[in-house]
Amino acid sequence: MLELKNISYTVQDEDTGRIQTILQDVSLSFTNGINVITGPNGSGKSTMIKLIMGFEKPASGKVLLDGEDITGLGVTERARRGFTIAFQQPVRFKGITVKKLLELASGRSMNTDDMCDCLSSVGLCARNYIDRAVDGTLSGGELKRIELATAIAKGGEVFLLDEPEAGIDLWSFEGLVQIFDRLRGKTLIIVSHQQRILETADRIFLFDSDKISEADRGDDLYALLTRRPALCRRNIKEQ
Amino acid sequence: MDKTDSELLETIAGLHDIPEGSFNIRKNGKLLARNSTADIEIVPKKDKDGIDIIIKPGVVNKSVHIPVLLTVGDFRETVYNDFYIGEGADVTIVAGCGIHNDACGDAEHDGIHSFYLEKNAKVKYVERHYAAGDGTGKKSFDPVTNIYCKENACFVMESTQLGGVTSTDRKTYARLGKRAQLIVKEKILTDGEERAVTDFKVELEGEHSRADIVSRNVAKGKSVQSFGSDLIGKSECFGHVECDGILLGEARIVSTPKIDAVSPEASLVHEAAVGKIAGEQLLKLMSLGLTEQEAEDAVIKGFLN
Repeated sequence: MLELKNISYTVQDEDTGRIQTILQDVSLSFTNGINVITGPNGSGKSTMIKLIMGFEKPASGKVLLDGEDITGLGVTERARRGFTIAFQQPVRFKGITVKKLLELASGRSMNTDDMCDCLSSVGLCARNYIDRAVDGTLSGGELKRIELATAIAKGGEVFLLDEPEAGIDLWSFEGLVQIFDRLRGKTLIIVSHQQRILETADRIFLFDSDKISEADRGDDLYALLTRRPALCRRNIKEQ
Repeated sequence: MDKTDSELLETIAGLHDIPEGSFNIRKNGKLLARNSTADIEIVPKKDKDGIDIIIKPGVVNKSVHIPVLLTVGDFRETVYNDFYIGEGADVTIVAGCGIHNDACGDAEHDGIHSFYLEKNAKVKYVERHYAAGDGTGKKSFDPVTNIYCKENACFVMESTQLGGVTSTDRKTYARLGKRAQLIVKEKILTDGEERAVTDFKVELEGEHSRADIVSRNVAKGKSVQSFGSDLIGKSECFGHVECDGILLGEARIVSTPKIDAVSPEASLVHEAAVGKIAGEQLLKLMSLGLTEQEAEDAVIKGFLN
């Protein structure tokens, strides 16, 4: 189980010097299954993912993995402990091929069959991509799929997927849902606004400016979030 | 050949032994081995140090190796090699020089190479420079490459400086005829106090001629690199030059691309980007389980490969 205890995170405005609070005294638990974080822009969803992966350090609070405090661990150590992330904006590399990136992710050399297994799960044919560089010659949708493929190749116990549907065409959405289903035995934390992804969730976390609400399947809030998410926000504010 | 020779030969030319076909292997200013074939003739020059490599018209899928080894200090040589590529020929030329200098005196090899491509000829030219050795003497290369392409000829140049070279001053000149094509992929790695200067001048004379020059540079330590290019479009042509540099430590890269559209029909493009490794690249690779140093090495290796 992944627990966040009393996490606060602030940033300083470079121009004004003012301290802005992004997350304040947040405590959450993520268990195995599909956990979807949703909410309006600027509510701290992506920041939460960065804090879990170790890209950012909290101003206060702790991150616990199965009861062990991992707040002080860096990115590499967390990756080796089974944390795996697919970036919202895939990173481009001049010269690093798709094959090499997948090999770095999996920690082993891969043949064409291995590549096929990995890339076909995101709807790509290995033969077309094996020697291509992960750079601007690939479209945004292709880069996003390769980003997801690196997460699959790496494997792990805690998967952090930041807006995995961005750039994925509607025709491939079903494939994305299948990936989530394959990973359901792990702790899957997805940031998304998409109703179809909300519908796959075992648990939904609604981030708003000053409140985080949780909803399990069967809850009224869950039903509202998966049917009328906009109404849901208004509803919560009125409580 | 001793162990050092073999290692240098493998590094610069990918050879484990004396190759088959045409070759000319030079060591410390002297001929080590040479072989001509019916298709590719190698003739020593009479007026100066160097060779003429004559490739007959229509010769395809053949290669010629002309590596140079330098394993002593206090030695400087300038070698003139001229390549005559017959009409319709399609060949690979593997050159390059390896210096191993354990002495306190300087070692320098300056190869002045000129390529004359007849109509429809095609050349893939692979040139690698590498230096090693514990001596305090410098290890330097100042190569000059001149390329003259007639109608529809194509010259592909893969130039790599692998490391250990104290200083280099590279000059490449090309003149392209009608529908002729020049493709250059240059990679330079410097470290410590090393210095590398590379300059290209390309005259796109013929209609529909094309030039595509991509230089990728990694500068580490306190090394300094300078990239210069001068594309001159004299007809309806296309030219593209790109210089990408990665900086580490206190290194410096200067990029000076120049394009000159003499003809209003010329289309010329230059791009240059120099900077440190993007933080997000390191984070991505670290999120795969690599340490920061491993991530940095992977980015550089990919960039130069």
